[in-house]
Amino acid sequence: MITIYTAHMRKAVLTQFQYRAANYFYMIGMIAEPVVYLVVWSTIARANGGSIDGLTPGGFAAYYIVWTLVRNMNIVLTPFAWEERIKEGSLASQLMKPMHPIHQDISEFMGWKVVVLLLWLPIAAALVALFRPTLSPTVLQCVVFFFAIWGAYLIRAIMQWSLGLVTFWTTRVSAIFEAYILAEMLLSGRVFPLVLMPKWFQTLTWYFPFRWSFSFPIVALTGPIENRDLFIGLGMQVAWIVFSIGLMWMVWPRAVRRFSSVGG
Amino acid sequence: MRDTAREPRGGPVRLTGTFLRVGVMNEMQYRINFFLQLVQSLMTVGTGLVVLAVVFSKTKDLGGWSRPQLLAVMGVFTLVGGVIRTFIQPNMERVVNDVREGKLDFALTKPADSQLLVSIRDVRFWQLTDVLVGVGVLTVALVQLDPGPRWQNLAGFVVLLLSGFISIYCFWLMLASASFWLVRINEVQELFDGLFRAGQYPVGIYPGWLRYGLTFIIPLAFAITVPSEAVTGRLAWDSVAVMIGFTIVLLFVSRWCWKRGLRRYGGASS
Repeated sequence: MITIYTAHMRKAVLTQFQYRAANYFYMIGMIAEPVVYLVVWSTIARANGGSIDGLTPGGFAAYYIVWTLVRNMNIVLTPFAWEERIKEGSLASQLMKPMHPIHQDISEFMGWKVVVLLLWLPIAAALVALFRPTLSPTVLQCVVFFFAIWGAYLIRAIMQWSLGLVTFWTTRVSAIFEAYILAEMLLSGRVFPLVLMPKWFQTLTWYFPFRWSFSFPIVALTGPIENRDLFIGLGMQVAWIVFSIGLMWMVWPRAVRRFSSVGG
Repeated sequence: MRDTAREPRGGPVRLTGTFLRVGVMNEMQYRINFFLQLVQSLMTVGTGLVVLAVVFSKTKDLGGWSRPQLLAVMGVFTLVGGVIRTFIQPNMERVVNDVREGKLDFALTKPADSQLLVSIRDVRFWQLTDVLVGVGVLTVALVQLDPGPRWQNLAGFVVLLLSGFISIYCFWLMLASASFWLVRINEVQELFDGLFRAGQYPVGIYPGWLRYGLTFIIPLAFAITVPSEAVTGRLAWDSVAVMIGFTIVLLFVSRWCWKRGLRRYGGASS
């Protein structure tokens, strides 16, 4: 299992490193989004006498720069990919392999992350120079952060993988996926730090996976966060990983049955 | 490649009309997509409205823009995005793919001007739902504005909007032309979509380096902010002059890029 994972990862590293320009295009497009939010919120913080809900412009800068790293960790197989796999039949060859096909997707994207992280470093340095974040995490926060970004990756990878399986039942998937992605945007802390939202909204986010794959790793590093909440967060991540694996185990065999029936 | 003697009768306008009609007829076969697209447009705008509500729960104005004025910007942003995704983006993405797969020959061997032809082949008609929703949001914003817009504002808005479309088209054409040099640039779409989001807010709120980038590198300021300024009565006339001049320059530069790229394509396939 580990050998196969490292093999897929190495393959992805080598492939993706060939496409540095393409990867940079992708990342610059992605970086525009947090910069917009960052500018909007720092403008408001300044107009508001220096901070809102405890966040200063430096605090927002820290939030959104860590955001860029977490967002990169969040890149997984898009649910839209299933349409092509089913239509073009590339799934058939994957089904022949003895291993569950999710392993190949997870390991390949993990390999890509290595390239992405390398390319991300200069961008992060530029953002730090431009926006001057205030960031002073403890050692524990750094350690938790390291695990939390991989937890976030697993939650999102498995959830979106399972979601993509809807394609086996209907071809009108994009409305469903878009709804899921929009819910994620609002409930994850991607558009605004959740601390800006009213209490009921913050409570609501506990019941969705989004917060744990996005806001939690960021806040784990930027704070303010109690040590207790660091461990609760990791626990919630484990719970969501278990939940998403369960979901996948339930849906996948049924989805494959439909595939074979269509393929004849 | 260009042979004026065999140029189709009626010229570019008729050719565009024909392609547009075929495109619309194609899309009309999938009528249910209208409702699916409409739902998507409404969801996207709904998210934007939530964000705007959160922003204005914390402040009275953002960089000198009031709530109805920012709502107008959001309307224009949605409208412009809809036009780009209906007419510009599908064609330019097809160029990128055709270059990679070597299928651009099919367009180049036709007697019409190659730039015209690759710019009108596709139309994603149902994306116009974004235009509908955008106009709706803009109308609501204009009703809330006090004082409301005068006819000069609206006329200026329409002219600047058209000019903005042209500048975005030129920008996309230059991006697509880049595919003659770089092999894999499917990511240009991601790049454009990402940067385009910055247009949700007036460029004036961004720090200087970014403001210039969003004006002269990616002409978002011209496509969204300036028309929004026109319709909300905030427009300075010197920015109109800069905008029109810049758009004309872009037209020439993008055509030059396209021609340069084509020369390279010929070299690669032979």
